[in-house]
Order: sequence, then structure tokens, then C-alpha cells
Amino acid sequence: MRSTSRRPKRGPEILLRRSPAEKEESMPNHVESTTEEPSQTLTEIAQPASLPRLGMAAPAFEAVTTHGKIRLEDYKGGWVVLFSHPADFTPVCTSEFLAFAAIAPELRERGVELLGLSIDSPSSHIAWVRNIKEKFGIDIPFPIIADSNKEVASRYGMVMPGESKTETSRCVFVIDPAGIVRAMIYYPLTTGRNTDEIIRLIDALQTTDKHGVATPANWKPGDKVIVPPPGTMEEVEARLKAGFECTDWYFCKKSV
Amino acid sequence: MACIGNQGELTESARKMLTALEKPGTAEDIAARTGLPLFRVRGGLREMAEAGLVEQKDGTYLPAQRGLALLSA
Repeated sequence: MRSTSRRPKRGPEILLRRSPAEKEESMPNHVESTTEEPSQTLTEIAQPASLPRLGMAAPAFEAVTTHGKIRLEDYKGGWVVLFSHPADFTPVCTSEFLAFAAIAPELRERGVELLGLSIDSPSSHIAWVRNIKEKFGIDIPFPIIADSNKEVASRYGMVMPGESKTETSRCVFVIDPAGIVRAMIYYPLTTGRNTDEIIRLIDALQTTDKHGVATPANWKPGDKVIVPPPGTMEEVEARLKAGFECTDWYFCKKSV
Repeated sequence: MACIGNQGELTESARKMLTALEKPGTAEDIAARTGLPLFRVRGGLREMAEAGLVEQKDGTYLPAQRGLALLSA
């Protein structure tokens, strides 16, 4: 199915010239490099060119977290939800962390790990995690990146200067087992995210990968899925005979 | 994960992984033996290799002398 291809496509990122060290840090499917010797590092190049794109390799990183140093490639073979929050010890973020902690077991059942991030120090993260445990009785089971120098935030475009120049907005990046960015969600500082939607999104993406289908609006597991639109007259005829639930030739559903 | 604590002792997760390396194995093997998430095992083994606690050849890890010494300390 064309619309669900997981292979990274060539795009603006191939123009990036990255240092040898950065190349080494990349996941195997990371951005293709040019054959020329690198003359500029990633940080010397305009940031917008490095921003993640759906269907392309997620930018590689190594970061200090509450669970030690982590590289994106450590998640290879599994799904990861990388999400940012504006700041530790703030109310909306605390409510979100409680919600993310609550869905962590459900995500792990689906082979998905959570990875938080904000522009705070490791000490701040540790103090906040301990405070959440003390005040709410909830353990935060996932690592949180201490992105004090904004390195990861910059690579992922998590800082929205129109909102704040010093904090990350509420961004979510769903990265698949091959290291490809499969979905992105951006929420403003004022609005806490819906974690049920993140589970629904994961279920939809995994259903797409497993069955080669698309999912309609408000789809939930158990609902019928969309059969990919036909590209030829022959396919139209074939699908009309296939026993799908078709409203018209381009709009067919089936159970999976 | 830091593998060595402030007093030079193995951290709990490092001890767990080194113990699981009684038989050499890949990161996936160690994750299965310890129940730790794979991403933590990969990061942990990398740190332990840098600290000279484990050795790695072709993706298979085994304890180094220093790791064994700290494990029995």
C-alpha cells in the first residue's frame, strides 16, 4: 500500500552534511549523506532543514536522562514515543506525567517505550520525579531527557518561539522499530495532551503495518478499516468482487 | 544508567546485568534474562564496556576481569 510505506524517502535531509561523529551516532536507516567530506556540522546549518518529517528517519541523538545516557538507536527494534514538556514542577506537565505513567504499561504491551524531555537539568528531573512520587504516590517509569543545552529539542523543533523561547512545547513523536518518524502531535503550553489518543494512534499505526490498511476517522481497535484505494480499473473491478463493504469503488471497508 | 556508584560499587542494574552475563549473550539475551527493557540494557552494556566491566565481540557480551572483581566484592 503506497500510503503506508515505511521506507525512508529521500528529501531535504539528504542535503545535510554531518560530522563523522554524528554519522556514527545515527541509526542504520538514518539520513543519507552526500559523498563529499563534511564541512559543516549539523548545528551550523539552518535548523529547519533538520526537523523531523513523517516517513523519514528520526534525528539521531545521545542524551543524558534520568536513566543514564541514552541514544535513540538503543530503541531500535521497538517503538518509542518521544515527548517534550515545558518545564518540571508545573501543574499541566505534572498532570501529563501522571497520565503518561498510567498508560506506560499499556504501551509496553504494544512494544512501545516512553521517553520524556524538557530543557531542565538532571537534578531538576530527579527532584520532580521524587516529588510526584511523594505527593501523588505515582512512580514515573520512563526516562526523561535533561536537554539543558536544547540539543535534542533543536533537532526535533520542539521549541516554538512564538510560545516560548526557553521551553519546549508539548510535542509527541512516534518513532517505529526502524527509526522512522510515523506521527507527530503538537500541543500548546496551555493544553494538556490526551493520552488515550496516543494509544489509539499506536494501535492504528500497528494495524496499518500488520494488515496493509488505513484507518478511518475516530477508528478504534475492533472497528472496520479502510481498504487502500485502487489505482487501476482492474483493481476497481477486483475489489468490487472481493466482498468488501463498499459504499463506492473508492470507499471500501473490511474487518481485520 | 550509571554502572558504578559514588563509592566505586556496582549499581543495582549493573549488578543485575553482570550476573546475567554468567553465560555470554547479546543485549537481547540480557534483556530477556533480567527483565530490563532492551533500551536500558543496550545503554547499560555500552557504559559498562566503556568502564571496562564487560567485553564485547560481534554483539556478544561477557564479563571482564574488573566486572567480575566488582561483582564478587
